[in-house]
Amino acid sequence: MSDHDTDETLEDLPLEALPLDAWHRARGARMVPFAGYEMPIQYEGIVAEHNWTRESAGLFDVSHMGQLVLSGPDLDAAVEAVLPIDLSTLKLGQQRYSLLLDEEGGVLDDLMVSRWPEALYLVVNGATKWDDLGTLREALPDDITIHHMDEHALLALQGPKAADALARHATGEYPLSALTFMKFGKFKLAGHDVTIARAGYTGEDGFEISLPAAAAAEIADLLCAEPEVKPIGLGARDSLRLEAGLPLYGHDLSPETSPIEAGLLFGINKRRRTEGGFPGADRIIREINEGTARKWVGLTIEGRLPAREGAEVFSGAEKIGIVTSGGFSPTRQAPIAMAYVASAHAAIGTALEVEVRGKRLAATVAPTPFVPHRYYRGS
Amino acid sequence: MRYFTDEHEWIEVDGDVATVGITDYAQGQLGDIVFVELPAVGTAITKGKDAAVVESVKAASDVYAPIDGEVTETNGALEEDPALVNTAPEGEGWFFKMTIADAGQLEGLMDAAAYKAFVESL
Repeated sequence: MSDHDTDETLEDLPLEALPLDAWHRARGARMVPFAGYEMPIQYEGIVAEHNWTRESAGLFDVSHMGQLVLSGPDLDAAVEAVLPIDLSTLKLGQQRYSLLLDEEGGVLDDLMVSRWPEALYLVVNGATKWDDLGTLREALPDDITIHHMDEHALLALQGPKAADALARHATGEYPLSALTFMKFGKFKLAGHDVTIARAGYTGEDGFEISLPAAAAAEIADLLCAEPEVKPIGLGARDSLRLEAGLPLYGHDLSPETSPIEAGLLFGINKRRRTEGGFPGADRIIREINEGTARKWVGLTIEGRLPAREGAEVFSGAEKIGIVTSGGFSPTRQAPIAMAYVASAHAAIGTALEVEVRGKRLAATVAPTPFVPHRYYRGS
Repeated sequence: MRYFTDEHEWIEVDGDVATVGITDYAQGQLGDIVFVELPAVGTAITKGKDAAVVESVKAASDVYAPIDGEVTETNGALEEDPALVNTAPEGEGWFFKMTIADAGQLEGLMDAAAYKAFVESL
């Protein structure tokens, strides 16, 4: 028996331990290398953890991700020259999805940008954070300071009961319920200063909590003592985000993909679509106006055999695309996938085939998310 | 008599027919199994080469033939209920039955005690 896994070893660098490494092991986690760290892939099992998150609340350690704070004179103008974001509409307390693009409009990373007082706070992918630091340092003026908050951990609490569990502990100037999707604020948890954003990567309501690494175990214990909360590994994080139709950098997005083919037009803010002035703007604006040769779409697959990353997509005899993420959906009890396909074959309902180990599986272009998002946008 | 491979397959020998599956340790490592691809009856399989594929939520994994022989029967129950491999890996979750081309190949495999020690050493 052996895995087919395309492995993600990062150039053989020694693996680092997360602040919660011992905490994960004590809870029976199976640790695997990911993004340069040893990370928990599962505790009791991917499907059980997946379903728990959809029904209750799951605690994810995402401390491998990079937390950066940018500050300095004329910060907004400097950052707008690097990211296709409209910072004039990003108000204090708001968070927004953005993209780090290369000069050709290829995706170097996808990230979150939050407006702090006199600063911008960025959360970038773990596997790309060192490259991002280099890219940002080179692209931003010298008087912009980049602070890598590597003394901070990041926990995500996700699921329909996350708000109830967290509200029992979060104290601050206003109640946790004041936060709606993509808003953040300063709170205290067990006496520690934390920043809580109402956001996540599962499609569920939930929170991302930035906290001092030294307090991570205490706060993880506090949250997991709530009856609604269990720790959840990377395996379920991947199946949850796939059901939510959310891209994973390095698989669905790369320098070889443009955000427009990936359906991430919302990551290019409106003013920037006409004004440009960011890396790759020529290509991005051309693609917005003229369309792209291929599109990133959802596929539902007949039967039970999953089609995974790298599986080729066919229309009759013609190869028209490739799967970038795929697996078995625990919620739908069926295989689902995301694929780049030629735009002529991208309409919802188009019948296609996916090849797995020489076998053709019937597939249909499907709307995403595969499982509806349940973000909290206020009552 | 039941033998085990270092790739975590088991093979139960009964006269001139053998039944093959994966061990409890293997299913635990794979996690929730959603699909099992079995060889067609009549397929000649070779010791150490791919014989079946197990798809978990996480990944696809090869299952190797523990010895040379020909597939004589496959476990149709796995089509309906692949999770049998998780719940009863060394019983109802068997994969296929095969002929034994060279009984000498069995001698190189582990018995239950040796396999137990092997797993504990991992």
